[in-house]
Amino acid sequence: MTAPPNPELRVSGLAHAFGPRAVLEDIALHLPAGRTLALVGPSGSGKSTLLHLCAGLLTLRDGRIANGFARTSMLFQQPHLLPWKSALDNIALGLKARGMGRGARLAAAHAMGRAMGLDELALAQFPPQLSGGMQSRAALARALVLEPDLLLLDEPFSALDIGMKQQMHRLLLAEQQRRPLAVLMITHDVMEAVALADQVLVLAGTPARLRWRLDLALPAARRDDAWVHRQTALLLAQPAVRAAFDLPPLAHGVSPADAYSPADPGTGVAVGGQARIAGDGCEVAL
Amino acid sequence: MALLRNWLLGIPRYLWSGWGAIASLLLLVALWEALAAAYGPLVLPTPLQTAQMLAQWMEQGGELWPALAVTARRAFIGLALAVLAGSLLGVAAGVSMTASMMARPWVTVLLGTPPIAWLVLAMLWFGSGDGTPVFTVFIACLPVVFVGGMQGARTLERHWRDLARAYRLPWHMRVLDVYLPHVVSYLFPAWIVALGSSWKVVVMAELLSSDTGVGAQLATSRAQLDMAATLAWIAAVVLVLLALEYLLLEPIKREIERWRDSGGMGEERA
Repeated sequence: MTAPPNPELRVSGLAHAFGPRAVLEDIALHLPAGRTLALVGPSGSGKSTLLHLCAGLLTLRDGRIANGFARTSMLFQQPHLLPWKSALDNIALGLKARGMGRGARLAAAHAMGRAMGLDELALAQFPPQLSGGMQSRAALARALVLEPDLLLLDEPFSALDIGMKQQMHRLLLAEQQRRPLAVLMITHDVMEAVALADQVLVLAGTPARLRWRLDLALPAARRDDAWVHRQTALLLAQPAVRAAFDLPPLAHGVSPADAYSPADPGTGVAVGGQARIAGDGCEVAL
Repeated sequence: MALLRNWLLGIPRYLWSGWGAIASLLLLVALWEALAAAYGPLVLPTPLQTAQMLAQWMEQGGELWPALAVTARRAFIGLALAVLAGSLLGVAAGVSMTASMMARPWVTVLLGTPPIAWLVLAMLWFGSGDGTPVFTVFIACLPVVFVGGMQGARTLERHWRDLARAYRLPWHMRVLDVYLPHVVSYLFPAWIVALGSSWKVVVMAELLSSDTGVGAQLATSRAQLDMAATLAWIAAVVLVLLALEYLLLEPIKREIERWRDSGGMGEERA
């Protein structure tokens, strides 16, 4: 697999199976530099498998994954900090793997740890002594200190309370403002996807296919809670999305958004009429 | 280094928390005193008499230290061999599924065979020198350490492997920074259990097979019906074990088990 010269992640015709059980089918996505792509789907829909394939943690069976990014970093579902190393040494782990000298890597880890809101005491402590939120910050610092241009997020914030989750979102967005950082995130939290992503893909079924695509033009930094709530509600009003999450059909007849629903999501072809909803830069297409 | 400092800083608090344990031990001594008062010194000498006996052996530079040294040497040689062989073989068995399936029944056989049976064999093979207690200790400790090593290697959770790959750790970092500390967190408690049983087994082996060491002294005092000396030897053995266990090993064990609790959270794949 030769890396294309331009920094982007391109997945095409991907399928995967665990033994006889097919989990993913006909997956195609494209993530250009500096953009955020969110994959949402119910638990067990294979989105974690897709992310692990992109990270190279599972062996690719069918299809193509072309990762043209120079440095890829990953955040796991749990912080997975090494309990026998201090928070600072944990943050410096990836730098140590690159062969950076001790002084330089600890200085870089220290700066990144501070930027993530960890104080001196927290940096000197061992992971079991840190709260869950602190551990998440350390894990984020460990990923970002590598200066990645692609960050893979495996629902890392799903166990945090809403306040801490939003703090983590702000830290991530601040890093994206600072330099071009592409993010591929998976989540079962539709609102989190809508809050952060430039493009949301809904994954569902057995084997899982892409069911819906939502492009959000408004920059993530300028989205407020009301906007996120409204967009989430609109997305969840789509029959295809409701079916993906096994939600019952909406009771009150045809919702306004249904009018824009394209014909047959079952074909899985990411083409078709694009329709504009409301005036705030949201496009729904399939 | 930071870990070592952490451990040293934890010692005062740990010692302070030991008052409860000391109080409960003193209660046991009081019970002993009461029984001694009820049955007389021929059946059970008082704790004070026993302590005086011990103090006398200590002061004169007499029997206590040489006997303890001999016994300790045997116990630690046997233990060191068991730790070395058990750790290496256990980890090797844990890495391979086939080897661990094959090793399991052997471990059950080794654990199920009473140490006294090995002692009889060892007496026939090694005679009355150091060989018998060392071998008995080795064979009694080996399966415990082996199982620890095997579990450590078996439970090397998938997420540590994923972490090592995602962060592109070179092989020496995988081993030194990830796999080894994890395996040690399983091996260490096994080493402590092995240490305790080595000390018990060596005394038993000496009692039956040797004419030096604490066990042999215990046999002599029993033959002379010297209850105070018998109890003093027993007290010496128990005190050494308590000191090792609570002053050295228990604090380290706590630290390591804290890692394990936090590292061992199961990861579900969506």
